[in-house]
Amino acid sequence: MNRINQKLQENKKLLSIYFTAGYPSLNDTVSIIQNLEASGVDMIEIGLPFSDPLADGPTIQASSTQALKNGMTTEILFNQLSDIRKSVSIPLIIMGYFNPVLQYGVEAFCKKCEEIGIDGLIIPDLPVDVYHEKYQGIFEKHGLINVFLITPQTSIERINFIDSVSKGFIYMVSSASVTGSQSGFGDDQKHYFKRIFDMGLKNPQIVGFGINNSTTFNQATEFSKGAIIGSAFIKFLNDNPVDNIQQFVKSIR
Amino acid sequence: MNYNVNEKGYYGEFGGAFIPEMLYPNVEELRQKYLKVMAEPDFKKEFDQLLKDYVGRPSPLYFAKRLSEKYNTKIYLKREDLNHTGAHKINNTIGQILMAKRLGKTRIIAETGAGQHGVATATVCALMGLECIVYMGEIDIARQAPNVARMKMLGATVMPAKSGSRTLKDATNEAIRDWINNPVDTHYIIGSAIGPHPYPDMVTRFQSVISEEIKWQLKEQEGRENPDYVVACIGGGSNAAGTYYHFLHEENVNIIAVEAAGLGVDTGESAATSVLGKEGIIHGCKTLLMQTNDGQITEPYSISAGLDYPGVGPMHAHLCKTGRAEFMAMTDDEAMKAGLELCKLEGIIPAIESSHALAIFEQKKFNPDDVVVVSLSGRGDKDLQNYIDYFKL
Repeated sequence: MNRINQKLQENKKLLSIYFTAGYPSLNDTVSIIQNLEASGVDMIEIGLPFSDPLADGPTIQASSTQALKNGMTTEILFNQLSDIRKSVSIPLIIMGYFNPVLQYGVEAFCKKCEEIGIDGLIIPDLPVDVYHEKYQGIFEKHGLINVFLITPQTSIERINFIDSVSKGFIYMVSSASVTGSQSGFGDDQKHYFKRIFDMGLKNPQIVGFGINNSTTFNQATEFSKGAIIGSAFIKFLNDNPVDNIQQFVKSIR
Repeated sequence: MNYNVNEKGYYGEFGGAFIPEMLYPNVEELRQKYLKVMAEPDFKKEFDQLLKDYVGRPSPLYFAKRLSEKYNTKIYLKREDLNHTGAHKINNTIGQILMAKRLGKTRIIAETGAGQHGVATATVCALMGLECIVYMGEIDIARQAPNVARMKMLGATVMPAKSGSRTLKDATNEAIRDWINNPVDTHYIIGSAIGPHPYPDMVTRFQSVISEEIKWQLKEQEGRENPDYVVACIGGGSNAAGTYYHFLHEENVNIIAVEAAGLGVDTGESAATSVLGKEGIIHGCKTLLMQTNDGQITEPYSISAGLDYPGVGPMHAHLCKTGRAEFMAMTDDEAMKAGLELCKLEGIIPAIESSHALAIFEQKKFNPDDVVVVSLSGRGDKDLQNYIDYFKL
């Protein structure tokens, strides 16, 4: 069974952390992953940096720009991760934009992920329709779970379609926004979390965008399986050494 | 061969809508409604009326006698430079502001490089009394001060794009982010024949008035609707798309697309996407774009800010791949020389973008009785500083 599916069966709210590979320094990737696991994080999203990250706010874009300046490439990331399964056992997801995957070759990319022990992918600009028509077979052949986003504006019909194509969890974007642009959740969001919960989808939901502390983590997970933190963690890495990651994770739960 | 968009939003293998889910409801609403809205009689009436009374259409199709004599062929100039705001861009912004109103949107966003599309958007927003926010790269804001001032006078807010390379592609990213953050009340007026489906097709249709007019104007002057060649410069490709549109399936009309070679195609300082680009995804569509082997989008170079875009519209990628259009690339020097030549021979100061299209006559020989229609996409007022610096005027 895929590690993501195993993790989703655990009887707890999941904390997933996003970071941009190659940031703050090119070779921080492995130690960030190891520190996150040691701190009790449930799942990690490894960001493959892209020059034009449309869905991301200024914090993650700045980290991507810096990572590219540091020399990060798809090949280097794969090399850094080649032995990761010797030391890390929690689910690992690569999150990136579609063009770098396309240039590497979708099949080659998926094959490499399987070899390394990557469990899933999040590609925000690969729409579910295109995935379903063209790429689902390739992803699944290599044991990869592809994760799709939904937003408060996503229609019920489309949520049901996304649920039918998904094999792990649904990434529930907390509000209409790019990453890192919210502070705190209001009634609108709580109603939305509850509305999706009440749909009784086959895939559990994990909330992302706008979670930056224990309050927002608890709000986000009241009606969902877990939450993802990205920009707030990147900001922490701006000011703190990788060895202090445990402090950050402890501040969340 | 079909050169128009198919029902799934593709031109051959190019196009589509590679967008984050956050944009899906807006883009989908547009996809479902744009053709219906454009076909409504009162939409057409209002669009045509504004093009006539406000933009000043039809723009003349001018037989350039002295230029024709020099190159021993028959050269016609489609005078988009004479439109209100000085370029073809206004055709599209008029269409899209009417679309936005019918979709019930109250807030307009746009990206701009040199500022022409920003000015054209600010203009129609003033005309319709809608809020206007224009994203512009911080570097472009510094080098295009007159257009920034124009937008402000027209009531627009100019937002600096401070991310990435701080130019057009980053302004586009910022506009897309704004749309993600404002999914209900906002319409995004994309200025070129790029972006997710249905944008390339919608922009092309609004610009297609250019080739529609060429047909009847040429009939009046030459006794035939079809020229032997249509020529246009290409950045993202909106003036080219409009110039070619009604000739795409006329096999006896040759299509020439002129890209900016910058300092030279092989110098590393170029915007010749058809030569230097590879298939990939930029700003929501699959097309040809300039990128690293790793799929990171690179920064192009041209003296012309309007051609300084790392991709081409998906329609043009298809025209290139199928060989329907002949792609040429002109350097800064070749374009500047051709621009000055038009000033001296015809008394017309062209935009540097359009000068790239004019530069082909030094390289390509035409027959004396060939009819060659060149899209003069914009006037050169905005480029005066560039001309001054280049020619030490």
